[in-house]
Amino acid sequence: MTMVQDRPPGQIIETDVVIIGAGPVALFAVFELGLLDIRAHLIDILDKPGGQCAELYPEKPIYDIPGLPVVTGQELTDRLMEQIKPFDPTFHLNERVDEISKHDDGRFLLKTDVGTCFLTKVVVIGAGGGSFTPKRPPIDGIEAYEGTSVHYSVRRMEVFRDKNILIVGGGDSALDWTLSLQPLSKSLTLLHRRDDFRAAPHSVEKMREMVAAGDMRLMIGQLSCLHGNDGLLESVTVKTKEGEERLPVDTLLPFFGLTMKLGPIADWGLNLEENLIPVDTEKFETSEPRIFAVGDINVYPGKLKLILSGFHEAALMAQKAHKYIYPDKKLLFQYTTSSSSLQKKLGVR
Amino acid sequence: MAKITFIQPDGSKQVVEATVGQTVMEAAKLENVPGIEAECGGACACATCHVYIAEGWREKTGAPSEMEEDMLDFAFDVRTESRLCCQIKVTEELDGLIVQVPAKQF
Repeated sequence: MTMVQDRPPGQIIETDVVIIGAGPVALFAVFELGLLDIRAHLIDILDKPGGQCAELYPEKPIYDIPGLPVVTGQELTDRLMEQIKPFDPTFHLNERVDEISKHDDGRFLLKTDVGTCFLTKVVVIGAGGGSFTPKRPPIDGIEAYEGTSVHYSVRRMEVFRDKNILIVGGGDSALDWTLSLQPLSKSLTLLHRRDDFRAAPHSVEKMREMVAAGDMRLMIGQLSCLHGNDGLLESVTVKTKEGEERLPVDTLLPFFGLTMKLGPIADWGLNLEENLIPVDTEKFETSEPRIFAVGDINVYPGKLKLILSGFHEAALMAQKAHKYIYPDKKLLFQYTTSSSSLQKKLGVR
Repeated sequence: MAKITFIQPDGSKQVVEATVGQTVMEAAKLENVPGIEAECGGACACATCHVYIAEGWREKTGAPSEMEEDMLDFAFDVRTESRLCCQIKVTEELDGLIVQVPAKQF
């Protein structure tokens, strides 16, 4: 497996297929395409492969994967990663595909949010419920402060120097950023709804030491209101057991986990039905030829959002993708149990 | 069977017939109760089926487990009567249960 970290900007990656998403169905698509000699690039917004399985329920058992009576989300991801190893897919993680346009020669030009460009013959959308995005606290008017005073992630720490920061949450993101940003902040308050933290115990301990030393403040309560002007935050109202408190802060970092949003897919000119992509059930192709959709993101009569259905969809998609990528090659249907050429691709000795 | 009343933030009420063994979330989803989103499908992994248990019912529904309590961190305006309704199994005892849907899920 190849993990791409940094690449000089402006370079275009030319490939046969780009898979958008890296959940279980996208991973299995690598396998089915690989058997047909098609190598894939995968792009995913998360920092790891596995999609919802790895992000939402890594520890939770799944009982309806054929042949695996019980498997956790992470185990399934790990097994799929092992299964597709012979096909050496390239992963582009922490990236979101923002644009798809048609190139003059019929191929598609894809552009990600960090500027990576792909020129590909076939696109496979395996994006599940859409891209994971940070949850926005449902507080009136919060949008006005986003990007100026309200941030859902930290890209550059310098931005937070000499700020009066309020971090909200009790998980690892909240605690990690509390520890990292406190030294350069003017003041830092961590707000959580209870005096119990999901975050790693050693970071909680460190945070408590900083509180004891008077370097920061820990508040138990919940955010209820933002106050400020022109996108600049001046203070927030926090509800605590004792009542309400107005806290003067100019920077707010809420960490309430991730949610799935369809995101830019809605702007790609594909037919959509209630945020899902309609496909046929022979090839799982969208309204745009050469763009396929597999897994939870597609819809057709009788669709079931099951991982096993997505696996089937990926297999049929690969057959048609082969026709686009190798128009002159005849495809012979083969079994991995008996075909020596398939076994060779899989590295069987 | 158990009758469960969902009260919306505007005060409107919807009574749902739930089957014993279902979760309160499943009963709500089957009748399209607004505000019960259940994005993760009942895996206790998203906190979008957050409800407030009405006075007098909290003993019967019980308290959230540690896992549910952790997940409630991702809900908004959490109160002592907060539960994720995918984690409440319907029993005969819960016939008549009243829950309030919060003004906003995340």
